[in-house]
Amino acid sequence: MSSENTVSINGQPHALPDDPRVSLLDMLRHHLGLTGTKKGCDHGQCGACTVLVNGVRINSCLTLAVMHDGDEVTTIEGLGTAENPSALQRAFVERDAYQCGYCTPGQICSATAMLDEIAAGWPSDASDSLDGPMEVSTEEIRERMSGNICRCGAYANIVDAIRDVAGEPA
Amino acid sequence: MSAYLKQDEPDNVNRLDHMRQGVLGTDASRIEGLLKVTGTAPYAAEYQLDDCLEGVLVTATISKGEVTAIDADSVLSMPGVVAVIDDPSLTARAAQGTAGEAPAQPAREVGYFGQPIALVVAESFEQARDASKHLKVSYRADDDVAFDPEAVEAEPQDGATSQGDLAHAMKEAPFSVDVTYTTEGHSSAAMEPHAAIAQWDGDTLTVYASLQMLNYNISELADSLGLDEDKLRLVSRYVGGGFGSKLGVSEETVAASVAAMELGRPVRVAMLRQQVLQCIMRRSETRQRFRLAAGEDGKLTGFGHEARVSNLPGESFAEPVLQSSHFLYAGENRELSMEVARIHRMTAGSVRAPGEAVGMPALECAMDVLAEKCGLDPVELRLRNIPDRHPANGTPFSSHKLAECLKQGAEAFGWDSGPRSPRHTREGEWWVGTGMASAARVHNVGEAKARVTLKADGTALVETDMTDIGTGTYTILAQTVGEMLGLPVAKVLVELGDTHHPRGPGSGGSWGAASICSAAYLACLALRETLAKRADVAEEKLELKDGAVVGGASLIDLLDGRDLAEEGHYEPGDIADDFTASGFGAFFARVRVNRFTGETRVEHMTGAFGFGRVLNTKTARSQCLGGMTWSIGAALTEAMLFDPVDGHLANCDLAEYHVPVNRDVPDLDVVFVEERDGAASPIQAKGIGELGMCGGAGAIANAIYNACGARVFEFPMTPDKVLAAMPD
Ligand code: FES
Ligand code: FES
Repeated sequence: MSSENTVSINGQPHALPDDPRVSLLDMLRHHLGLTGTKKGCDHGQCGACTVLVNGVRINSCLTLAVMHDGDEVTTIEGLGTAENPSALQRAFVERDAYQCGYCTPGQICSATAMLDEIAAGWPSDASDSLDGPMEVSTEEIRERMSGNICRCGAYANIVDAIRDVAGEPA
Repeated sequence: MSAYLKQDEPDNVNRLDHMRQGVLGTDASRIEGLLKVTGTAPYAAEYQLDDCLEGVLVTATISKGEVTAIDADSVLSMPGVVAVIDDPSLTARAAQGTAGEAPAQPAREVGYFGQPIALVVAESFEQARDASKHLKVSYRADDDVAFDPEAVEAEPQDGATSQGDLAHAMKEAPFSVDVTYTTEGHSSAAMEPHAAIAQWDGDTLTVYASLQMLNYNISELADSLGLDEDKLRLVSRYVGGGFGSKLGVSEETVAASVAAMELGRPVRVAMLRQQVLQCIMRRSETRQRFRLAAGEDGKLTGFGHEARVSNLPGESFAEPVLQSSHFLYAGENRELSMEVARIHRMTAGSVRAPGEAVGMPALECAMDVLAEKCGLDPVELRLRNIPDRHPANGTPFSSHKLAECLKQGAEAFGWDSGPRSPRHTREGEWWVGTGMASAARVHNVGEAKARVTLKADGTALVETDMTDIGTGTYTILAQTVGEMLGLPVAKVLVELGDTHHPRGPGSGGSWGAASICSAAYLACLALRETLAKRADVAEEKLELKDGAVVGGASLIDLLDGRDLAEEGHYEPGDIADDFTASGFGAFFARVRVNRFTGETRVEHMTGAFGFGRVLNTKTARSQCLGGMTWSIGAALTEAMLFDPVDGHLANCDLAEYHVPVNRDVPDLDVVFVEERDGAASPIQAKGIGELGMCGGAGAIANAIYNACGARVFEFPMTPDKVLAAMPD
């Protein structure tokens, strides 16, 4: 892999790793010290490693870093800081939408992209129809957030936090 | 006022109710919250150390026997590989909670499939992982190994109760129930895999690890390594969930330590998800027989609960299934006994609410069967059977809110106390029904120390090696200290999870909050003594609010440029024996069951809980929500499945071991029942980390019956079992 190949992480270009086995998740955590993205399973089963690639949420453990030449990756560190948190980050604190906090960056990245998916009219299993405007209903949120496991069991509060940011459904 | 208290007497003075700051018991948000939501709170594997090596554990592919050879050369020539560690100090299992000594060693002696046996260390994780798969290991495997808990003789456990004549009571009773339930094993499945980074400077070992009880873990690790405790520092500032799985020092922490000391470089070892499930604790499966005898009025005359659990040979832990059955319900004729089958599945140990998590749901199902036989509302049956004292040993209850929980929970849920029969409501393909259960979880406190320093600038610092595993320890300590010293939460800094600080109680058995906040409370009382002298008032009269004596001098003035520190030290004394102390509660659930597939969906759940003083309504509610969510998993999906041929855990990841996901969890209501329990702790608080799952699965099971008429006697109640039990 030549060093011209780069991926943009939170707006900063980074050379892709030499070892093609490095997952995007491990590149973030081990090579760049961006440990906000968590490893819960390394197998696409928990959602703790969710990041946005070109605005779309993915499990960063399920993709190799070298596949992201030229991509724009946003991690939890890119969504907000303790001094300037995003609306979802603030809502998670207010609603106690976490306990141990380990699934939390993944939940927040996932929710950020999920709200865009609803706005774009992507249907889910909870949707009444395959096209047409989608509501940010509780059932839609539950369905669309079911790829992010929270073993602490903060789901009820996670839904409340997301609804606070999305506004009540029509 | 001494900052040390061995509590022999209840404390019903409730000093905290008379402080002025008004911050304890509020819904203050977590003080570390912004670090968690921005991904900047460091968990064990996330410390950035220069020159850090990566280790991956190698696990056994036999169930019992011995490693005869490890061929390090088979991997040492692979790129980046630095070492293969198979030192005799490597541990074969995690330590049981509060063991305080090394777990089983050496790792070469294999007791279960998937046991760690060696560590491969390389420059990168990818290299270490690859090499770990290529390491050649030779074994001598034993034959005739027992894996099935039902196929071996079981050893009786101490602590059985036999009182009166239960068999006779069963024969005489107008209503009796004799039913047997089974529950499958559970995994804690905390989201953060067990991980450690160890750093050795030639004299002292610093280990960043994911552990619940540093006060015990330091001895466990020191003993494992043959190192003096004062040459060891453990750091666990953030723990990504524990639920019992991080009570004792586990294999990766010892392995990282051994490797760091041997190689002279920092070493990080994170368990793979499959390893977490296969080599950390399982909750034992259980078989439980209940014999309940009741009179015409539904009052119990006989109570029998006999349970069988399993563990590896030599392990002292036995899932304490009967723990709350000993005192929850009356009945003068009693038989309670346990036995342990010795088998070679992975180690059985503590998983959230050991004992009650499986004992209470089964008991509450048996009570539902009895209520139906007696023709009584199940809430009423429970109300009639609340004993005045511990029914076997006669000790008084420290405080007892079961009746209030039943009543307030029923009201909040809208429980219909009229006659009940299954299949009263159908909506399309779905039968809809309701069920309820009592909750109980024994209360414990432990020895705890915390140092509180009032800084000259008028802020406070709290230091202890106590951990916050998501329970809210950071915040409730800030609130307790803020309340006592008249400071807003923002002025209290809390430092946890470092063995350089005074020893806390550790997080486990729901005892952390009451124990550590009692230690902080005692430190604050001593600080108040000094402040009161300086302000020239009696301590009892000292009113502190917003950094000043009310109507008087500021703390900064009283401190006069110097810090003031006290170490609080709390220890339970006679209260532990003089009273039966427990949190109580009640669960109400509405479910729908698909008449064609047997699938159950929980539609609504209400939990009402009495656990003494509520330190923070927001984080306490979260603990209850978490417990109720676990109840849904225990009722419907969670089961560790073991291969009958070699005893290995077959469903060892999060795709196969099914914990509840967002869409499985409906609206959950939590009701706090007002209580102060002076015999529970000097701050009148009890634990809440586990109560929320101690019976909840029973409420769901009873609702399944009420919905569709299927009495299922096996947890979890998966669609196949519900369908098989559903009447035509
Ligand atoms: S770590 Fe990627 S989905 Fe679990
Ligand atoms: S907050 Fe602990 S796993 Fe979600």
